[in-house]
Amino acid sequence: MASHLDSNVIPPSRQRETPRAGLTWIGQSMKRVEDPRILSGKGGYIDDVKVPGMAHAAMVSSPHAHARIVSIDTSKAEELPGVIGVYTGEDVATVVDPCPSFASPPVTQHAMAIDKVRHVGEVVAAVVAEDRYIAEDAAALIEVEWDVLPAMVDIEASLEAMGDGVLHPDDRESNKALDESFEFGPVSEDFDAADRIIKRRLRWNRSSAQAIETCGVISQWDAFKGGYTIHANTNFYNFIPFVIGGSLRVSPGEMRIIPVLTGGSFGSKVFIHKIIIMTSALSRLSGVPVKYIEDRLEHFTNSDSHGSDRLYDAELAINDDGTFKSLRFTVLDDYGAYLQFGVGTHGNAMAQVTGPYQIGSFGMRVIAVLTNKTQQGPYRGFGSEVTNWVMERMADAAAEELGRDPLELREQNMIQPDQFPYMIPTGNIYDSGNFQKVLGEAKSLFDLDAWRKKAADMRAEGRCVGIGVATCMERSVYGPTEWWSLNNKETPGFTLTSTPEGISARIDPSGKLFVTLHSPMVGNSPETVVTQILAERLTVAPEDVVINYSDSQSGFNGVGPQGSRFTAMVAGACVSAAIKLEERLKRFGAHMLQRRPEDMELRDGKVAVKGLKDQETSFADIALNSSFFRLSFPDGEEFDSGLETTAVYDHPLSTDPHEDREHLGIFYPIVGHICHIVAVEVDPGTGKVEMLDYAAVHDNGTIVNPRTLAGQVWGGTANGIGTTLSEQFNYDESGQFVNPNFAEFAMPTANEMPRNFKLGHVETPSPYTEYGIKGGGEGGRLGAPSALTSAVEDALQNYGVKISALPITPPVLRGLIREAEQAA
Amino acid sequence: MAKVEMTINGRSVSGVVEDRMLLVDFLREERNLTGTHIGCDTSQCGSCVVHVDGKAVKSCTMLAAQAAGSEITTIEGLASDGELHPMQAAFRDNHGLQCGFCTPGMIMTAVDIVNREGADVDEQTIREQLEGNICRCTGYHNIVKSIAAGAKEMGSGMKEAAE
Ligand code: FES
Ligand code: FES
Repeated sequence: MASHLDSNVIPPSRQRETPRAGLTWIGQSMKRVEDPRILSGKGGYIDDVKVPGMAHAAMVSSPHAHARIVSIDTSKAEELPGVIGVYTGEDVATVVDPCPSFASPPVTQHAMAIDKVRHVGEVVAAVVAEDRYIAEDAAALIEVEWDVLPAMVDIEASLEAMGDGVLHPDDRESNKALDESFEFGPVSEDFDAADRIIKRRLRWNRSSAQAIETCGVISQWDAFKGGYTIHANTNFYNFIPFVIGGSLRVSPGEMRIIPVLTGGSFGSKVFIHKIIIMTSALSRLSGVPVKYIEDRLEHFTNSDSHGSDRLYDAELAINDDGTFKSLRFTVLDDYGAYLQFGVGTHGNAMAQVTGPYQIGSFGMRVIAVLTNKTQQGPYRGFGSEVTNWVMERMADAAAEELGRDPLELREQNMIQPDQFPYMIPTGNIYDSGNFQKVLGEAKSLFDLDAWRKKAADMRAEGRCVGIGVATCMERSVYGPTEWWSLNNKETPGFTLTSTPEGISARIDPSGKLFVTLHSPMVGNSPETVVTQILAERLTVAPEDVVINYSDSQSGFNGVGPQGSRFTAMVAGACVSAAIKLEERLKRFGAHMLQRRPEDMELRDGKVAVKGLKDQETSFADIALNSSFFRLSFPDGEEFDSGLETTAVYDHPLSTDPHEDREHLGIFYPIVGHICHIVAVEVDPGTGKVEMLDYAAVHDNGTIVNPRTLAGQVWGGTANGIGTTLSEQFNYDESGQFVNPNFAEFAMPTANEMPRNFKLGHVETPSPYTEYGIKGGGEGGRLGAPSALTSAVEDALQNYGVKISALPITPPVLRGLIREAEQAA
Repeated sequence: MAKVEMTINGRSVSGVVEDRMLLVDFLREERNLTGTHIGCDTSQCGSCVVHVDGKAVKSCTMLAAQAAGSEITTIEGLASDGELHPMQAAFRDNHGLQCGFCTPGMIMTAVDIVNREGADVDEQTIREQLEGNICRCTGYHNIVKSIAAGAKEMGSGMKEAAE
């Protein structure tokens, strides 16, 4: 039967290192290489960097959600001793152009507002002064006169807005930034033919990553060279010059971006282009190097990294026997005041929108709405955390309407182990997996049968106890078509298809392996995993591997830690570099031992004759000879001095989106699978949820370092628990952001995490990546919300409470219980 | 302006500071001890915890002038001669840190907990007393484990010293 997917041909695997047992370093819980300097307080984060002659910036931010700037009086600020300069958005615009935008057509955003502000916290002026105290004092002396405009706070109301309620009248007539519809496969036919249609309206509210370090920049304008030297805690330092060169009016090569150790990102520091542009403008205008570190309030209100904020009208077509046929939804997304990444977060979700289930077709209408809030950016899951929750909510809803056990219904519809690679209706593939095995492990780790009895007994005593199970996908190794594939076909924007990762490596005459990375450390463990992979492939001791970071001028391809890609991608670069180094090592070593290169093998950091015990020479000897004794080797460039190489690894498996968007191509194919099971007790009097037991089993393919992977799962799960139970950005009707601080935005502390947290792993290696590694940086947050929501609903079954919106804070739950009591 | 003298990590220092200068800024900006971090504006996150006269204090919530005459220990003062303090070593052994930004504050709080509660401090006490330290990376699981292990290690060190 012809299918819309026929044109999407899966390319052959480029895997060179097969997954296998008996590896020496891959699979070890090696202690982290990164830790000693961090533990001793010598990490070197952005705010620890001091540049000679550096001044400090403080900002004047909008107290209004939507207002015209009538006038700005900077005179008092300018007079304060210690102030170097005071600059408004108009001053800034004399040296920089608007920010880059992945939306197409773009929504114009200035690094510092001109004429109009569109959310609370948007910066309208800055002071550059000798220290931050003076800068803050001066900022407080700046007087701004405002003409307040109607604030658009509600998604649906903003769609209807006209006149002064339109945020960007120069770019768009309404607040609808994008409205696109897709059908992947025979959606209407499948819905027509189905026995039942399950419908739900589901709401995912806004929160954000809130890494404990905020974003920061030091920028230094060099008037003679006409360029900038920039320290910044961006995830993306080798790519960002090309993104912001236009805005800064310099060529990318005239920018040198120096990475720093980064205090957490979870997506929130992927670009940080706005404050890089703003701080650079301040340096250019003031003539001195300028440091700007967001304070926490600024990070909440102006950091352009708010998470998803969506309203779904979802429908699942099913048959009475429980078979899932088709999924479709309309989603309104409250993007906030700008649209920096277009609808990339919805593109991302297309990677696994139908979950682990066999669903033949999928349809979507996505409407991006502009409102007077800080704009969205990435947050752990990048949109897929929401569709995972939607899919799992729909699976629970289907079970409820059919009167079936939700877990059994899931199992009925799951993709089977012999169906991989499995192409979902959007065109993405799941490379491999064994969902049944993951589920089985999770059930036994949790002891589900025993818990079910226990929960029933506890309920019989009148306690509100429930169990929730989520079976979710964790796509990894992202491909960049997600940024633009949902844009209008006529104006797709910058149709990027590359996401390479590179390293350079050199064995010095002492025998040390010096490795340079092109992506920063953001709380992942890049130095540790690279050490383990290179130690494995080159047979060297981990203590002989020394890791450094390039800057944007000395570095090259590096796309950074995001989209759960770094470990799998850098492994590819390590293998490529090792292959090249091995060839040189063997060539030099063979010459030294008077053998042929093809007779040689690598053994414990030596080049040795295959099968012969004592015929060997160490890497250090080879490096010494190849570096200092040129005349010992033949002429010819293959014996050029030294042992060094660079290597780049491209995405292992991707295809182009169909030109008519019948499918979106393969773009996020290295999939993991996760199963979370949680038991909760709800106190109906207060709405407080307590987690009694928690089990999570993740399949992330071959594991490089079990302990660091486990750390990612715990951390991601904590984020997911916060998203589900306590974290929400609250805006009042006037668009005031009422809880932008750690006192009122309730992130979990140690005492709110489950005590009994059991973690398990299944390893289904990828047939496409080196060693079969899959990414695992986001899974916790991709699974926890679904499991917890189901558990809470189950716990409140006696009340008949249904959960269709997150977060379920105690007041929210209390409200739902009260409603149910009144209805009864 | 006020002239302040204090002992930081065993060394006596003096400086002239504005009355309003926070202790954390004095440490970071004047003394270049940048291991003490700033993570919030409202005294919640605990990234800035140091010891003042042997007690854990959020250095973003105290003026440098208030610390005059005190003995201050920062994260830089814990390790000696390239040897990590048992609590630092426990964080490394148990993967108690990811990005590391909360870590100095966590460790200074942890040492304070052990000083007050002893080497056998239980999990529940650790979790409750970490109330003022937020970590966004680890989910706390390994932090709690690290502190329990570090406490044991500190305990055996104390015993050895006593013998
Ligand atoms: S910086 Fe001191 S508590 Fe956050
Ligand atoms: S390790 Fe990153 S905040 Fe705790």
